[in-house]
Amino acid sequence: MLRLILALGAVLLGMAGAGAQTLPPILNDAMPASLTGAPGDVARGRAIVANRQVGLCLLCHSGPFPEERFQGDLAPDLNGAADRYSQGQLRLRIVDPSRINAQTIMPAYYKTEGLNRVLGPFAGKTILNAEQVEDVVAFLMSLRGEKTP
Amino acid sequence: MMRLRALVMATLAVPALAGEIPLAERRSDTLTMSSELRAMQADDAANPASFSVLDGEALWRVRAGASGKSCADCHGDGAQSMRGVAARYPAFDSASGRVLDLEAKINQCRTERQGSAALPMESRDLLGLATYVGRQSRGLPIVSDDPRLAPAIDRGRALFTARQGQLNLSCAICHDDHWGRKLGAATVPQAHPTAYPLYRLEWQSVGSLQRRLRNCMVGMRAEPYPMGSDEFIAIETYLMSRGRGLAMETPGVRP
Ligand code: HEC
Ligand code: HEC
Ligand code: HEC
Repeated sequence: MLRLILALGAVLLGMAGAGAQTLPPILNDAMPASLTGAPGDVARGRAIVANRQVGLCLLCHSGPFPEERFQGDLAPDLNGAADRYSQGQLRLRIVDPSRINAQTIMPAYYKTEGLNRVLGPFAGKTILNAEQVEDVVAFLMSLRGEKTP
Repeated sequence: MMRLRALVMATLAVPALAGEIPLAERRSDTLTMSSELRAMQADDAANPASFSVLDGEALWRVRAGASGKSCADCHGDGAQSMRGVAARYPAFDSASGRVLDLEAKINQCRTERQGSAALPMESRDLLGLATYVGRQSRGLPIVSDDPRLAPAIDRGRALFTARQGQLNLSCAICHDDHWGRKLGAATVPQAHPTAYPLYRLEWQSVGSLQRRLRNCMVGMRAEPYPMGSDEFIAIETYLMSRGRGLAMETPGVRP
């Protein structure tokens, strides 16, 4: 009985998390509206992207971070992201890149469904919260034609 | 038109995976380490895991349990009797009908033949015995040719290619599709089991292959399988089949 209640609780918690019903609409390959209704913060976004425990981006990507010695090469350089994509396209890419490429290896940063064996402390949680996603999007929108130093 | 659509759909449905590494390209991850670490691994006097081999060698001769026997009393000189054994583990155990890895086999001998208690996973004694037995296969090729291992290999392969954890990655995404690339500071290895148990600088100690697998699962933010579980043994069995022919290097050194 206890197990049933726990299981039910977990289901409800999962629904209260980043369920798709709470997401702004997707138009083609973009999510034009902000998750929070407010614009993000570029400096905070930069810190999230550079942080290997929070954003994890530099495990796979490189970007304009001269102070970060070790950057990944599993994915394209983030330089000039805003030249290649609109804000809405970048937002969808962070929220759920599998909407753009079903086989992508990039994690969905604002999604809890369809995952297996998520480690205890992370279960039912999105990798970033809505504010953090908007901060990252704001930072990516600042990457225009920069060159890696 | 229908055909075109079907073709496009089929192309989209094909996973963007490179698949298993061709046999000819498989090589030990020792080769991607710095020359200092490779020298440390090759030289018994410099290899910190040598202490574990010595622990195991001493324990090999200690009488224990209800039988009052030591490993040596039944197996004689380990350098002779254990030659090549680790290179073909995990192995199918007819008595239990299970696939056992080397640590589980050693514990089976402890409990069923020696009449003593099973040694805890990652304990100094179990790592010592596994490192000592493993050392006797150094330089010998991994053998994986027992058809009774097929179900474990298949299960291990399925676990290796399954997406798991909050990051939704599979082992194969890193180790088959992106080996040699940079994941932050680390070079993604091919993930061969040739050198275990080994000394890892990050651990500051000797650890088993299962401990390494645990680390990778936590990195994927996936709930690791329990130590000693059939799942981990299946992955180990698959890794040995995937690395068949490669030379054993136990005890290895890793960053
Ligand atoms: C596990 C590896 C991985 C991680 C972690 C990752 N990405 Fe990606 N990302 C990729 C890959 C691979 C692509 C290439 C497109 C694809 O395959 O989906 C990509 C594509 C992108 C693109 C489009 C790039 C272009 O020029 O086409 C952007 C922008 C991006 N990622 C941003 C981020 C940000 C920001 C983070 C961290 C919040 C992040 N990524 C984390 C693997 C990753
Ligand atoms: C009472 C005798 C006895 C003792 C004591 C004993 N073993 Fe064994 N062991 C055997 C026999 C018999 C076999 C072969 C049959 C089998 O696989 O179970 C065996 C098999 C093994 C194998 C597998 C060999 C292979 O070719 O697959 C290993 C490894 C092993 N023993 C390690 C140990 C270790 C380490 C100890 C000491 C902790 C030990 N044994 C103590 C009798 C013993
Ligand atoms: C995000 C990429 C990634 C994923 C996913 C991953 N690993 Fe690893 N793995 C690594 C890296 C990087 C190392 C090298 C160790 C280090 O420096 O941290 C490693 C090391 C290993 C090793 C040790 C190889 C050696 O020579 O010592 C094995 C075995 C291994 N991984 C197996 C697995 C298995 C099994 C899984 C799935 C459960 C897995 N890995 C998932 C990146 C990954």
